[in-house]
Amino acid sequence: MTTTEPALADAPVAPPPGRLTPRKVRWLRRRRALGRFWRQYRASGMGMFGLVILTFFILMAIYSALGYGGSTNPIETLQNPTLEPPSLEFPLGTDNNGISVLSLVIKGSKTSLLVGLIASVISMVVGTLIGMAAGYRTGWADTILMFITNAFIVIPWLALAIVLAALLGQNLWIIIMIIGLTSWPGTARLVRAQVLSVKERTYVERSRALGGPGSHVVMKHILPNVMPVIFANTILTIAIAILSESALSFLGLGDPLNITWGTVIDQAFSKGAITIGAWWWLIAPSTCIVLVVLASTMIGFAFDEIVNPRIRER
Amino acid sequence: MSVLSVRDLNVTYTTKGGDVPAVRGVSFDIEKGRVLGLAGESGCGKSTIAGAILRLHSPQTKIEGTVLLDGQDVLALSPGKLRAARWTGASIVFQGALHALNPVQRIGVQIAEAIRVHGMAGEREAFVRAGALVEQVGLPSRRIDDYPHELSGGQKQRVMIAMALACNPSLVIADEPTTALDVMVQAQVLQLLRSLQHDLGLAMLFITHDLSVLVEVSDDLAIMYAGRIVEEGPAERVFRSPVHPYTKALAAAFPEIGDVRFRGQPSGLGGDPPDPQLIPSGCPFHPRCAEVTEVCPTIDPELWRAGEGRTAACVHAEGAPVFEGVQR
Repeated sequence: MTTTEPALADAPVAPPPGRLTPRKVRWLRRRRALGRFWRQYRASGMGMFGLVILTFFILMAIYSALGYGGSTNPIETLQNPTLEPPSLEFPLGTDNNGISVLSLVIKGSKTSLLVGLIASVISMVVGTLIGMAAGYRTGWADTILMFITNAFIVIPWLALAIVLAALLGQNLWIIIMIIGLTSWPGTARLVRAQVLSVKERTYVERSRALGGPGSHVVMKHILPNVMPVIFANTILTIAIAILSESALSFLGLGDPLNITWGTVIDQAFSKGAITIGAWWWLIAPSTCIVLVVLASTMIGFAFDEIVNPRIRER
Repeated sequence: MSVLSVRDLNVTYTTKGGDVPAVRGVSFDIEKGRVLGLAGESGCGKSTIAGAILRLHSPQTKIEGTVLLDGQDVLALSPGKLRAARWTGASIVFQGALHALNPVQRIGVQIAEAIRVHGMAGEREAFVRAGALVEQVGLPSRRIDDYPHELSGGQKQRVMIAMALACNPSLVIADEPTTALDVMVQAQVLQLLRSLQHDLGLAMLFITHDLSVLVEVSDDLAIMYAGRIVEEGPAERVFRSPVHPYTKALAAAFPEIGDVRFRGQPSGLGGDPPDPQLIPSGCPFHPRCAEVTEVCPTIDPELWRAGEGRTAACVHAEGAPVFEGVQR
């Protein structure tokens, strides 16, 4: 069986199940679908560029999570020169406590990526649930849900986030919740629009005609057709979430006990890095933010292109 | 007992521009093993009747009358009972198979869906049955592993037919099953439907605007105009010797191939069907009628006897009461 599998993976038409068990067939199918997706994705130069950058930062975060990357404890770095420009020993220079900026950036990557990922998952789940409910239900339920969504869009998120952060305290998880709960309206509107279009298709009516209950229709017919859009949108949300976290940290509303790229910039700024001329202290974390945001936007666009063939034509 | 018995069915769509009476007092029966053809122009209420039989219309739509499917009144069923009756009592072959199949699911999954929803078999059994159904409609059973885009238009329509048979319904509603198919494929699909109907002894409601198709497949014919049945009777006789002027116009619109009389002058019917919100007084057909009389704008005709086993809603019908100035 193992020898035939690679051949099957490239076959354009599904082979007759033969003696394969249904489970095996299903896995072969999935692997083939994934292979097809990867082939399309690889063709996108932008997508590959973004993927390489993001992989680099993910590896950096894992490296940091494993305890490497140098000390960021000021007491342990007392021997180091302070505000040293980039050198062989400190490739990205040091800060006012003698901590290597490289160590700060590595340490910050873990938290920044974590915030981006979790916040965008929260945003995806909330947005999808509300969007699906609003799109599938018509009448007052739709009106109320869309009113809430529009209200969240209208409220300036930064002002809301500042108020919430001030009220609830500066804890990393609270920051994640704030970002997640302020970034879902876009997703909700997108999902609702897609559901509105999908639910009018004849196969949805057919599924109702053959006696499917509402939950069955939503899970089997509507969600799978909306899923690709949700997925592409979530990757784009990661970029927004990371930016939001940096913005909050820069305003001094971040978690003081956790180092993120945003808090490094905040520190550099408040300790007068600009006046001292310690450009490395500011440039390194800023570049990281820009690169990760750029990378996830590129990946999001590449996904969108595969998922939405109409864009591909252009 | 009839498989389907519709009495005084009224369907009114509620829109922002007011109520739209799409079906106005329609009654008919379909016996086991019989095919009733329902014909009429676009917008005369054919598909609305199909939707009403399974109560597929949105909750805002007003439906009145009785629809007895296997003896139970569909319009009075609880939501749970209604779901159970859908597809097991009556199934639909939708118009435009292209859109009635989910593009992201395999054919087999979609056929098995009906069986699984009604809990009639386990997953594996449902797939075996899906394979058998696909073979029954003349496709190799391995095609259940294909996606809809891998099939041709005719094959998709065959899949839709297989799907309609999945739960052994007593009635199959074919809602314009051959539109968007070319003539050869159309003939094959009709042949298939007719033979399946015959072999399985199904009752069938066949909806189309193409009278020539109906004559081939149906036993009885009902012609609709502006939400009403205007003529009903055995298919062959209704088509060959129509009584109602509307049926006459429809039948005359099909040229006899090779007949010199049709050459160069196709016959048709002028005007458009009336707006359901502005139905003319009296007989709704009178503004377009070639045999209009003085009384037509004032008399709302009922289905009067018009020969052996036939009825027509026209003052010219044989069983109509005597009206002044009307010649038979």
